[in-house]
Amino acid sequence: MISQINSMRQSVSLSNILWLETRNEILKTFRMPAFVIPSLIFPVMFYVFFGVLFNQSGADGNMSHYLIATYGVFGIMGPALFSFGVGVAVEKDQGWFAVKRCSPMPISAYFISRILTSMIFGLIIVLELFIIGAVFGDVVLTRSQWILTLVSLLLGTLPFCVLGLWIGLTIKGQAAPAIVNLIYLPMAFLSGLWIPLGVFPEFMQNVAWIFPAFHLSQMVLSIQGLSLGFDLIWHLLSLVTMSAIAWLLAARAFNKHA
Amino acid sequence: MNQNKTLIKVENVSKSFGDIKALRGVSMSLQAGQVIALLGENGAGKTTLINHLLGRETPDSGSVSIAGHTPGSYPARQTIGAVLQSAAMPETLTVKEHIELFSSYYSSPRTLTNTLEIAGLTELQNRKFKALSGGQKQRVLFAIAICGQPPIILLDEPTVGLDVQSRRQFWQCIRNLREQGTCVLLTTHYLEEADALADQVLLLNKGEIVHQGSSESLKQRLGGKRIRFTYSDPTAAFEHLPAVNHVMYRGSQIELISECAEETATALLTQYPTLSDLTIEQVSLEDAFIHFSVKDNDKELAA
Repeated sequence: MISQINSMRQSVSLSNILWLETRNEILKTFRMPAFVIPSLIFPVMFYVFFGVLFNQSGADGNMSHYLIATYGVFGIMGPALFSFGVGVAVEKDQGWFAVKRCSPMPISAYFISRILTSMIFGLIIVLELFIIGAVFGDVVLTRSQWILTLVSLLLGTLPFCVLGLWIGLTIKGQAAPAIVNLIYLPMAFLSGLWIPLGVFPEFMQNVAWIFPAFHLSQMVLSIQGLSLGFDLIWHLLSLVTMSAIAWLLAARAFNKHA
Repeated sequence: MNQNKTLIKVENVSKSFGDIKALRGVSMSLQAGQVIALLGENGAGKTTLINHLLGRETPDSGSVSIAGHTPGSYPARQTIGAVLQSAAMPETLTVKEHIELFSSYYSSPRTLTNTLEIAGLTELQNRKFKALSGGQKQRVLFAIAICGQPPIILLDEPTVGLDVQSRRQFWQCIRNLREQGTCVLLTTHYLEEADALADQVLLLNKGEIVHQGSSESLKQRLGGKRIRFTYSDPTAAFEHLPAVNHVMYRGSQIELISECAEETATALLTQYPTLSDLTIEQVSLEDAFIHFSVKDNDKELAA
């Protein structure tokens, strides 16, 4: 029996599991129009209003450039926070998380599939922004600036996945959408994603340091030289530290459910 | 499949949650090809026992082994398929999409066609989970438990909330599995369900196994049939009737427990021809619990 089970392990295809897990996660997400439509449209719609139509004043005439970075951050945050924060909370409460954990599913597949789905979602939003920015917003960047912006944004989903996971494992499914929105929207505003932070009073600029969205947006803005000018290492360190703390809290919550 | 292989071994397991003793020295073992029903009231410890087999709880004392492995470990999880109580699946995925994913977790899964057939879902494979009835949803949960062809299937109250027809369809699924030599452990409230499916019945009461054997032997131990009727003369006595081993009076409502309903009823109708509202029914699980808890109380009083 034991040798039978050892051979079982070898014959399970991890890449096949990951493919099906991710396929199901994507199908599941894209079949919820109440989630998909606002997530795909809001960041772009806001960008059109504030970055394209009313972009004459502010940020030294660089509004369309500034906002392409910050709405990019806003856009990738949403899918990550909702997929993990709301998705995990709901599946946990429905007993579905328990069913999966009793099955021989590798737990990594559960998380990786959600990370990939969030990234694919984020990719669509960022590409929408790029096209509108380049065509209607007169955003001119070098090829390496475009690529660097895209890559930073996609990697930037990770801290929000971890933060979302902690939230999802901690709160009740029913309360999850409200709580995630209560974190998502104020954090976006206070991190300067909608209005450049330079306009804010100094006190609020200091408060922004507690938000991962602020640090990510500063890193992305620095690609175009539009950040507040702090050394990048501080933002990177802050993001890594915050992710690590959220990871530890998530791991603690996870073990409680084991 | 090796019929004598012990797949589940539970030895003297006790578990408390605060002051509540959920399991008290439970021991049992299960071989391949057996269907066992775990019966008990709410709070008797059925789900707690299942959770120990799945590694979701660890015993305070005693040990559990799944085909020689620690419950919850990867090889143990490859060996068990489980339908947990009241789990809901993501609603926007189809039956087929769910089964395809779960099949990928196992090394020698059934084919999709085979899984759909056993669970009776072939016609429904492209339906989304949310568009299914309660009984159909339960069959999808069953399908993802069996799709990996695990040697052990655990079903925690698989038919709660199902109508009669869905319940019978579900029983058919379980019979199909037994034919293929799978070891099935199911918990239930219904003696009827245990009767229809199980080779063996384990009766749990307050965390203790109070009976282990066939469901026939359980019913015999409880004393057969219950005879109820109305009789207007309150001074009449019924203890002397043949095969009666218990009489209860509730005003003009009389209840007899009989080891042989035919004998008792014949004598009853001859001697008391004016009685009315006569019914004869199977002794129920409820009677079993009353029986065992009365014994329990006696023990406590004696102690």
